[in-house]
Amino acid sequence: MFKYILKRIGLLLMTFLIIMVICFVMIKSLPLTPPEGINESQVAVIKARWEALGYYQPVMIQLWRYFVNIITKWDWGTSWYIDYNLSAIRSLTNRIGPTMLINTYSLIFSVPLGIVLGIFAALKKNKWQDNVISVLIMVFVSVPSYVYAFLVQYFFCFKVQIWPLTASSLSDAGGSYFSWTMFHSLVPAILSLSFGTIAGLARFVRAELTESLTSEYMLLARAKGLTNTQATVRHALNNAMVPILPSILADFIDIIGGSLVIEQIFSIPGVGYLFIKAINMKDYDVYMVCNGFYVFIGLAASILIDLSYGFIDPRIRMGEK
Amino acid sequence: MEQQEKERKNPFAFAQKDAKLTDLKFDTKPVGYFKDAWLRFKKSKAAVVGAVIIILIVLYAIFTPVFSSHSSGENGDGNYKLMVPYNEPLSHINIADGTYSKKCNPKAYLSLSAISIGYEDHDGSSISLEKGQASQFNVFKSVSEPYTSSGTVYRDCKVQAYYEKGFVYMDGITEDAFNAMVDWQTKNNAQIIYPMVDDTLLEISSQASNANIFFQTKSGYPIDQNGAKITELAKLGEMKDAYLRDSSGTVQFWEAKASNQRYIRVWYWNYYRYMNNGAIPNYLLGTDDLGRDIAVRLASGIGLSLLLGVSTFIVNFTIGAIYGAIEGYYGGVTDLIMERISDILADIPFIVLASIVNIQLISTNKMSPFGAIVFAFVLTGWIGPAYRLRTQFYRFKNQEYVLAARTLGASDARIMWKHIFPNTLGTIITASVLTIPGTIFTESMLSYLNIINLNQGSITSLGTILATGQQYMTTYPHIIVPPCIIISLLMISFNLFGNGLRDAFNPSLRGAEE
Repeated sequence: MFKYILKRIGLLLMTFLIIMVICFVMIKSLPLTPPEGINESQVAVIKARWEALGYYQPVMIQLWRYFVNIITKWDWGTSWYIDYNLSAIRSLTNRIGPTMLINTYSLIFSVPLGIVLGIFAALKKNKWQDNVISVLIMVFVSVPSYVYAFLVQYFFCFKVQIWPLTASSLSDAGGSYFSWTMFHSLVPAILSLSFGTIAGLARFVRAELTESLTSEYMLLARAKGLTNTQATVRHALNNAMVPILPSILADFIDIIGGSLVIEQIFSIPGVGYLFIKAINMKDYDVYMVCNGFYVFIGLAASILIDLSYGFIDPRIRMGEK
Repeated sequence: MEQQEKERKNPFAFAQKDAKLTDLKFDTKPVGYFKDAWLRFKKSKAAVVGAVIIILIVLYAIFTPVFSSHSSGENGDGNYKLMVPYNEPLSHINIADGTYSKKCNPKAYLSLSAISIGYEDHDGSSISLEKGQASQFNVFKSVSEPYTSSGTVYRDCKVQAYYEKGFVYMDGITEDAFNAMVDWQTKNNAQIIYPMVDDTLLEISSQASNANIFFQTKSGYPIDQNGAKITELAKLGEMKDAYLRDSSGTVQFWEAKASNQRYIRVWYWNYYRYMNNGAIPNYLLGTDDLGRDIAVRLASGIGLSLLLGVSTFIVNFTIGAIYGAIEGYYGGVTDLIMERISDILADIPFIVLASIVNIQLISTNKMSPFGAIVFAFVLTGWIGPAYRLRTQFYRFKNQEYVLAARTLGASDARIMWKHIFPNTLGTIITASVLTIPGTIFTESMLSYLNIINLNQGSITSLGTILATGQQYMTTYPHIIVPPCIIISLLMISFNLFGNGLRDAFNPSLRGAEE
């Protein structure tokens, strides 16, 4: 097990390195152009800075220096346009908070609801309740998240005005991400994120539970005298949860990427918002850090999900031939 | 009696004693794999509904540009920006009638009422409230009773946006163009050119750019002949005009701004008809912030989405098929190496890939935007089909018929493509079709977020319409509604269709529904 984890982490680092090198070379092979709409002296300052930072040296030397800086000084470069003169990694960590916040709230809200709906549909299989839930699931899984976001924003934030149109800034919310003002302003984003997750989870739970409800161990459970409820809760649900829990973990990871569009719509200062800003403002050090963040999250997630199977179900041994 | 006796003795007789027995041809038609899939696909109502919706959307995308007078590449009509939907035939049943609700204070109410009065006054001599109100271009479709809210009187009005546009100043008209307009006027009995306004008579200089103010005002209200403010609709007929007149008192229809160029004031509706061979404005879904027809842009956006979905599917499928077939067929070290390569590629987040393609290829114009988007989707998109095909090849490659073919001396390529590949086709195609909605969704999201920046190119994506729509969501919701509905419909119907196809191509599900 330990050996398996080590092997996976080694593979992770290697893949991470390869992807980052490709990104770096791609970025550095672009022509250097100063931002538009600034005067000549500012252009001269920027060009002098590029010279000092070694932007005119060969790409391979820059690449070597970039990784040496990261390893020895944890220096991922500097943000020059978004947060002037702030280190890029700091620029990123400042924004992880809001992203994590909306994802966590959304999961707290949608996981129980999704599971309960899925269980309900599976227990009422092929009755009208199941049909209604299945049709709703089909619609909600298919409709893109931004459509919900627009609907929520238009009807609840603009027409009825129970929530603000965009998220509060940190200073408006009293300097804390956990204040009531902050939460209140994040509700529309959390809602928009949740619809798809609830529907996806409900569909998965329904499918898994239907399968375990028709298994033979259920027959045995009934035969040995358990009531229907006991058999369902202790046997069917238990077994159905084996693939469901890793999928919840995967949802959490998915949502970090998926909240890109939600963050943009509700102006939440999260990682996705930073990423898009970095592309549009050509702040490439920040862009590289964001890339690294997304690649790392994706790689770490796949390891976590694989390992979680082993923890949840003792029958599964990791890394066995 | 004799008969009964005979049967009692020997109750059996040869049924086909003298018949000649040969093999008969089957009366039924054979049901092959694809035929069976088709039969079961037809039975699934949801899948058929999905397919029908997709076909309708495709037809919309094909025929809208053909029947519309606007094309998707054209620059918009700057005077008809952000207009609500208007379509003449539909307006009779109160759909797309070009109206929107507006809360008017008395000043706004009077100046909007004045527009149709100005329209009916062709030569600066007949300002009349009755004529204005009876005019076909009366701006108000309906007006509520006045009510007072925080000290001001308001009316809730239904305003026809295209009539509200009213007059517009046109610059740079040559004398020939002017005369052509005059000819058109007499031929069609519709007035385009209206008297010019004398800027010196206007209350504030900023009114000079608004061609709808052709009357003299005092603190924003029109004034009557004695210079008193008019505050009620009933007296609006007495208002004092601000037309440009010469010394003898005749109104002037143009001013010279530069040599050979005339500056005129036109009734835009008729000017539009003059410019478009007599056609009246027709914007079934309204116009966007640059005055472009949303219906046409939507059609080209759908075209892009579908074309992208299909071409990505084809390229991914082809690359994936070759890669997966080689992996699966040869196995061993080849498989190991090729699998590691695709593993690493699969770990690159798509968002990173798309942004790099945008920065490297689209923003530097190294590739056409469409080609670059397909390229971005293909970079990692082929891994899915390759993986599925590899599994299928492992399943089939040791079957007896493959061994037989090899014994008979068939080459590797022949075994792969003629013997194994056709057996895997159904499964692979359906699994790959299910990726089309994902492609469409991702593309619209990326172009909405401007990660794939299509603004420089001439192509329209549903995502770019969405981005425009979101800017004007609170004031002009008509822009964002159509792309939202279309993309939702596309996603739902592709999922229904794909699921139906998958079930139909899965022979183990045969009879499970009954």
